[in-house]
Amino acid sequence: MKTIQVSTTINGDPAEFICTPDETLLDVLRNRLGLTGSKEGCGTGDCGACSVTVNGRLVCSCLVLGAEAEGAEISTIEGMAEGETLHPLQRAFIEHAALQCGVCTPGILVAAKSLLEKNPDPTDEELRYWLAGNLCRCTGYDKIIRAVQVAAAEMRGA
Amino acid sequence: MQYVAAKTADEAVALLAGHSGTARVLAGGTDLLVQMKSGMVEPDLVVDIKRIAGMRDITPEAGGFRVGAAVSGAELGEHAGVCAMWPGVVEGFNLIGSTQVQGRATMAGNLCNASPAGDAVPSLVAAAAVARVQGPNGTRDVPIRDIPAGPGRTTLSKGEIVTSIFLPARPARAADAYLRFIPRTEMDIAVASAGVSLVLAADGTVESARVALGAVAPTVLLAEEAGKVITGTRLDDETLARMAAACEAICKPIDDKRGTIEFRTRTAGVMAKRAARIAYDRAGAKA
Repeated sequence: MKTIQVSTTINGDPAEFICTPDETLLDVLRNRLGLTGSKEGCGTGDCGACSVTVNGRLVCSCLVLGAEAEGAEISTIEGMAEGETLHPLQRAFIEHAALQCGVCTPGILVAAKSLLEKNPDPTDEELRYWLAGNLCRCTGYDKIIRAVQVAAAEMRGA
Repeated sequence: MQYVAAKTADEAVALLAGHSGTARVLAGGTDLLVQMKSGMVEPDLVVDIKRIAGMRDITPEAGGFRVGAAVSGAELGEHAGVCAMWPGVVEGFNLIGSTQVQGRATMAGNLCNASPAGDAVPSLVAAAAVARVQGPNGTRDVPIRDIPAGPGRTTLSKGEIVTSIFLPARPARAADAYLRFIPRTEMDIAVASAGVSLVLAADGTVESARVALGAVAPTVLLAEEAGKVITGTRLDDETLARMAAACEAICKPIDDKRGTIEFRTRTAGVMAKRAARIAYDRAGAKA
């Protein structure tokens, strides 16, 4: 299969990669660029573990072709902390035990960050609907909702 | 497989028309990539239409709106003008999938995927929306209800693509609504659904109405009799009961694990009644 050369921006840095035409953005991130924070849960857009933003829009990277990333701005979980300083959402998830096995966590953090950029003060209901496409089989969701609200309050105060 | 991001609609049409193997159009990819992953389809050509000028635009036209074929659910939901004029179209489309899916999914894709349960389609049929289709023989405008041919099949010819969907102008005292039944609140496929679009007369009665039903036949149905039943009324209980009966009369659903024939038929009527009521209240609130 003929490969395609793609120029893109990932977490603010220019990135170039080569992929096959049927390769997903998730596979490119994980297998070609070593960005293994985004997880593959279902591979069919149901679980949200591979959530990233493309040009500011929250998407499942398993439902995007790598070739579609040409010229796009992509943000992944790897771009969330600033060096050693965790994002308020990341800190709140640790402090409030909003994760157990951690496989869904990167996707949920990316999705929650995307919501708070749009709506800094969501209700629990808005938050639960926004995260309906991020499945977690450990926590029962309650701690996740509480942790996001704690981070949101902190970010509003900051 | 070959991937091409077409730069013009003409290029996309020429590629699709000239290809002898299995070709697919890529808009949001939320159906296509799942089908490719499962092996349901193994295209040897994928034509991405998102980089064609105008495909991602929502443009006012003749008092209504032209929605490009690659406009996502998130983009449509953020458009104040479309949300005010066609709230039922937006709410149907925005019910599809998760936030992540809404970031990519398109109405034209939902239409051309041709599932009888596609949540974007009943409201578009009720709205008398029109798809603009470009193909090797030029451009034609096709009523939405004439696009699906059956589950997974459309009436489009080889090389034809939907380039936009036109939502027509409407009077101030008009509104639409969409409801579906699913066994939970999110992330599911309609068991039965209904879209209702209506215009009110100055005296508050229904001047005209279009009712469409989803997931109860091989394609979305336009329930013409149901629309006639509510015309001239204020949607009193007796009228709504007759409207539901008119809906039930045309349902030909399948029996499957998500719903029996009886359940889908009955539910389609109930959804239509409730959606009509919502559309009526919305139109009244604008008056």
